[in-house]
Amino acid sequence: MRFAVEVLVTLKPGLADPQGKAVEGALPALGWTNVSGVRVGKHVRLEVEAGSESEARTQVEEISGRLLSNPVIEDSRILEVRGE
Amino acid sequence: MSARIGVVTFPGSLDDRDAIRAVELMGGEGVPLWHADLDLKGVEGVILPGGFSYGDYLRCGAIARFAPVMDEIRGFAARGGPVLGICNGFQILCESGLLPGALIRNRSLRFICRNVHLRVETTQTPVTADVLPGEVLEMPIKHGEGQFVAAEADLDRLEDDGRVVFRYCGPDGVVSDAHNPNGALRGIAGISNEAGNVVGLMPHPEHAVDPDVGPTGGQALFASLLSSVMAGAGW
Repeated sequence: MRFAVEVLVTLKPGLADPQGKAVEGALPALGWTNVSGVRVGKHVRLEVEAGSESEARTQVEEISGRLLSNPVIEDSRILEVRGE
Repeated sequence: MSARIGVVTFPGSLDDRDAIRAVELMGGEGVPLWHADLDLKGVEGVILPGGFSYGDYLRCGAIARFAPVMDEIRGFAARGGPVLGICNGFQILCESGLLPGALIRNRSLRFICRNVHLRVETTQTPVTADVLPGEVLEMPIKHGEGQFVAAEADLDRLEDDGRVVFRYCGPDGVVSDAHNPNGALRGIAGISNEAGNVVGLMPHPEHAVDPDVGPTGGQALFASLLSSVMAGAGW
């Protein structure tokens, strides 16, 4: 069975996020002066052929830890697993 | 006989030829290695050069760490062989777990290409063995993702173990935020592993060996590497 899996990769809390800071810095010029705490991450979508949802989930967790994220600086979590 | 130093070419490496040229200019023999190689051709030292391996996609160095040659380099490093990662090579060493920490986007968000000064913080590595502690070396940086970060505890351990090899500084050797080009924590430009034989740095010593084209701060590092190899130093 084919499963669509969505993974979110974010910089660890406390780590400087220059991209988030740049986005935050641009907002006041556009009139939004009430926004703070902007952090930029990555959204990854994969399609996995697997026997069950839990099998797909386990495999993507391993992929996330080994390749999609660098555990030194990033956290990753599965947002959604959807059978297709 | 001269020291044989392997330089790995990944798809997207840029500075592999400069690294070979620098090795040869300083009296060594440069040996081209390929990312798919399954042996290191008997080299006595390895350089992972700068560039944009695999387009820097996902994260800098994230794909290159899985190249077949990296298994060989892991074994070579574990046996004490000298390994020098320059710029993208440093990023690959961090992604591989051969060095701690990570390199993230410069705090300015800009790609920076200019000469910087580095203070040598330890001589307990093959690339700094012949350099005076505190010596200031000038060489270029050219990176968008050179901000060294690590957990506070890891930074403390690096400092306590004397594994901070280079810090960004002024021409007088004074380390200050004003001379920190990318926001690297504690001004760190380069570090080593516990044994000292694996060193990574963001600046480019291989672009600073020829007085005709700029500063020559890289000469001392290549000279050290070559003489460490020739002496069979216990790294």
